[in-house]
Amino acid sequence: MAFKALRRGARAVANAVLDPVAELGRSGLKALAGLGRAHLLLLHILAGSAEVLWRPRLLLAQVFNVGVLSVLIVAVSGLFVGMVLALQGFYVLSQFGAEESLGVMVAASLVRELGPVVTALLVAGRAGSALTAEIGLMKATEQLAGLEMMAVDPVRRILTPRFYGGLIAMPLLVALFSAVGVLGGYFVGVGLLGVDDGAFWSQMQSKVDFREDVVNGVIKGLVFGVVVTWIALFQGHDSTPTSAGVSRATTRAVVHAALAVLALDFVLTALMFGN
Amino acid sequence: MTAVTVGSGPAPVSGALTDQAPGACAADAAESECLVRIRGLRFSHGPRVIFDDVDLDIRRGSVTAVMGPSGTGKTTLLKLISGQLRPDAGTIEVDGEPVHALRQSALFELRRRMGMLFQSGALLTDLSVFDNVAYPLREHLRLSPPVVRKLVLLKLEAVGLRGARDLMPNELSGGMARRVALARAIALDPMMILYDEPFTGQDPISMGVLVSLIRQLNDASRLTSIVVSHDVRETASIADYIYVISNGRVMAAGTPATIAAERSEWVRQFMDGLPDGPVHFHYPAPDLAADLLTRGVG
Repeated sequence: MAFKALRRGARAVANAVLDPVAELGRSGLKALAGLGRAHLLLLHILAGSAEVLWRPRLLLAQVFNVGVLSVLIVAVSGLFVGMVLALQGFYVLSQFGAEESLGVMVAASLVRELGPVVTALLVAGRAGSALTAEIGLMKATEQLAGLEMMAVDPVRRILTPRFYGGLIAMPLLVALFSAVGVLGGYFVGVGLLGVDDGAFWSQMQSKVDFREDVVNGVIKGLVFGVVVTWIALFQGHDSTPTSAGVSRATTRAVVHAALAVLALDFVLTALMFGN
Repeated sequence: MTAVTVGSGPAPVSGALTDQAPGACAADAAESECLVRIRGLRFSHGPRVIFDDVDLDIRRGSVTAVMGPSGTGKTTLLKLISGQLRPDAGTIEVDGEPVHALRQSALFELRRRMGMLFQSGALLTDLSVFDNVAYPLREHLRLSPPVVRKLVLLKLEAVGLRGARDLMPNELSGGMARRVALARAIALDPMMILYDEPFTGQDPISMGVLVSLIRQLNDASRLTSIVVSHDVRETASIADYIYVISNGRVMAAGTPATIAAERSEWVRQFMDGLPDGPVHFHYPAPDLAADLLTRGVG
């Protein structure tokens, strides 16, 4: 009797220790399997690249959906970010008597970092979530299965144009964000705070390097475009075909895309601007 | 691996068909007679065994009904026949081609000769009725717009919805959506149409329309139809041959008259819609008193 109780107790202790380890292992395997499926989907999407050349109207429609429909939120956000940068920058620079460098500070901050990162976060929230919900609902309402039964590959026909739409739209939106942000900085710095007009533009022109700063910023936009669109499409395609499943996938798409953008930004910045 | 089953049934009909009827083909039938031939089909979903050594034939030109209680794998069977799912074991041949072993390009080639009516209709929500029906024509055939227009109008006329060509899917009733989906399924003049629960959620008029449409289209276009349904009366009224499946097996097979005369307790319970019998009302559970006395909140 006592031996049995002892055995039961030992088993309970072993379970208490091993269960979390087993759960951790299960979660790890699940995450790895998800990562594998995501890469297979990306290969499938890329394999259908010719589709966008044969059917440019599909691509244009997606550039419109991801890009043009995000213009307002990106432009307004860029304007306010530029204005805030000018306010904060003026406060710091004026302590060193370097107010004339405000243009450089605003432009460099925008084209190097804030433009690509904030635009990617905005696109992940607006267009990324919309892509996930659209694909998830198409799956839940059997539209993707319907296409397959019509002998049409839904990945090539539906996902590939959306992927390239995001890829093309993101760098353009990054450029728009930075340009409008610089204008916002100009309005506040020159218009409100009295920074010299000529100094604002000339210092910006001489200190902001086109290849080093502007091109690298656009490259960041391209990379973020791939990542944000890929994550959004994968989450929609991999979602459980129920209302709760699509809702969870949409949330995951935004969270994963935001984290991936911030982590990748660090890596890219280290590669581009580190010595 | 344990099969999750509800209730128990009689000995299943093993493999070969019970009688030679318009909807069945003989065990040694020629390929030209038998459009779908399934042998030794096994399929599991996780620990749940959906099909366990199932044999099934579909004769060309027939309307074959596959009936059974909810959750017995009727839709799964259609997905296996159309290659959307792969079996764990066994063979599935459609028009002489091994669906289970085809590569994607060959499978897509075969699917151009198949149509499927999904339970939800599966219409593309951002396209009009006209564009939905035109979709497979534009994808697979290089036809001029006037020819596509004529074909689409003819297909819509066949389902009585030529006048609804400009409506969007969200403006259609459930019955209309299924008829549009049916027009799309026959757009490429397939050899076979798979119907997944075509009558579910339909009002009596829509149901009557769909029932007669399935039969008429099958006969007029010399199609082969597989109708998956648990609407016994409607399905039996148009079927040449019926398979009743449950617990992963074929429980009964034969013409509607044969099935109607079947004395098996299980088949009678299903066909007559009796609430209790070999298929129990209660899902397997521990004793109620013991369950109520168990501590816990879940």
